[in-house]
Amino acid sequence: MDTDVQTIIRGAAFLGAAMSMGLGAVGAAIGEGYTAAQANDAVSRKPEASGDILKNMLVGQAVAESAAIFALVIAILLLFLDVPVHNVLEGAALLAAGLCMGAGAVGSGIGSGFPGGQACQGISRQPSVMSRLTTNMLIGSAVCQTPAIFSMVVALMLIFMDFGSLPVGPTWAALIGAGLSTGLAAIGSGYGGGLAAGASCEGISRQPETVGNVTTVMLVGQAVAQTPSIFGLLVSFVLIFKAFPASSMLHAAIALLSAGLCMGFGGIGPGIGNGKAAEGAVRWVARNVAFSGDLMRIMLVGQAVSQSTAIYAMVVALVLIFVV
Amino acid sequence: MALEGADIIKAAAFLGAGLSMGLGAIGPGVGEGMVAAKACEAIGKNPREAGLLTRTMLVGQAVSESTGIYSLVIALLLLFVV
Repeated sequence: MDTDVQTIIRGAAFLGAAMSMGLGAVGAAIGEGYTAAQANDAVSRKPEASGDILKNMLVGQAVAESAAIFALVIAILLLFLDVPVHNVLEGAALLAAGLCMGAGAVGSGIGSGFPGGQACQGISRQPSVMSRLTTNMLIGSAVCQTPAIFSMVVALMLIFMDFGSLPVGPTWAALIGAGLSTGLAAIGSGYGGGLAAGASCEGISRQPETVGNVTTVMLVGQAVAQTPSIFGLLVSFVLIFKAFPASSMLHAAIALLSAGLCMGFGGIGPGIGNGKAAEGAVRWVARNVAFSGDLMRIMLVGQAVSQSTAIYAMVVALVLIFVV
Repeated sequence: MALEGADIIKAAAFLGAGLSMGLGAIGPGVGEGMVAAKACEAIGKNPREAGLLTRTMLVGQAVSESTGIYSLVIALLLLFVV
C-alpha cells in the first residue's frame, strides 16, 4: 500500500508540472507576440527609431516572460522535489499547485504584452517621451504580474505545507479547489490590468503632458481590476487553512471543489470587464484631461457594476464552504 | 467510500451550483465592462451629457447583469431547494 500512495503522489506531481508549464506558456507567448507585432508596425512607420523600439520591445517582453518563468520554476519544483509521503493528500496538493500556477500565468502573460506593444508604438509616434513610456510600461506591466504572483504564492503553499495530519475525506477537494480558485481568477485580472496599462502608454504618447493624470487613472483602474483575483486568493486561503471535519461523503468534498471552481471562473469576467472600463477611461483622460474627474467617477461606477458578478460568485463559494 | 444515491445527487447539485455561478459570472462581467468603456469614451467626447450617459450606462449594465442574476438564482436553487 505504501508504494501505491507514493506512485499516486509522483504521478500527481508530474501531471501538475505538465499543467503548470503547459498552461503557463500560453499567456506569455501571446503577450510577447503582441508586443513584437506592434514593434514591427512601429519600426515600419519610423525605421530611424528602430534601435529604441527594439530595446523597449525586449524589456517589455522580458516582463511578460516572467509569468512563464514562475510556471517553469513551479514545474521544476514539482518534477524534482522530494515530498514527504504521509497520505494521498500530498498528491492532490501537488496537482493543485500545478493547476494554480499554470492557469494563473495565462492572464498576466497576455496582459503584460499590451503595455509593451503600445509603448513601442508610442516611441515611433513620439520619440521624445521614450523614457516616460518605458517607465509607464514597466509600472503597468508590473501590476499585471501580481495575479501570477498570487498564484505562485498559493502554489508554493500547496507544495510546501504539510497536510499529512488532515483527513483525506473532504480535504483533497479543498486543496484542488484552492488551486483552481486563485489560478482561474487570476486570468481575468491579469488580462484586464494589461488593457488599462496599454491604453496609458498609448495616451502618454499622444498627449505627453497628461502623464500624471493618465498614470493615476491607470493605477486606480488596475487596482479595481485586481480585486477578483484577491477574492480568489481569499477563497483559496479559506480552503487551505480551514480544518474540515473528516467525512467519507462525496457531496462534502464536491462542495469544496465547487467553491473553488465557482470563485475561479467567476473572477475571470469581472477582471476583464474592469480592465475594459479602465482602458476606456485612461484613453479618454489622455484626450480630454479637463474631465478626468468625471471620467474617473464613471469608470469606478461602471467597474462596481461589473464587479457584482464576482461578488455573487464569492457569496456562492462561501455558502458552499460554510453553509451547505 | 460507500456511494449512495442521495450523496451523489447532492454532490452533483453542489458542483452544478458552483459551475452555474462561476461560468455565469463571466459574461456579465465582460459585457458590463464594455459598456463602461464606451460610456467613458462618450463622456470624453461630450462631457456636458455626463448625467445622461451615466444613466444610459447603468440601464444597459442592469440588463446585462440579468444573466448573472439568473445564474445566481439557479445556484441558490441548486444549493437550497432541489
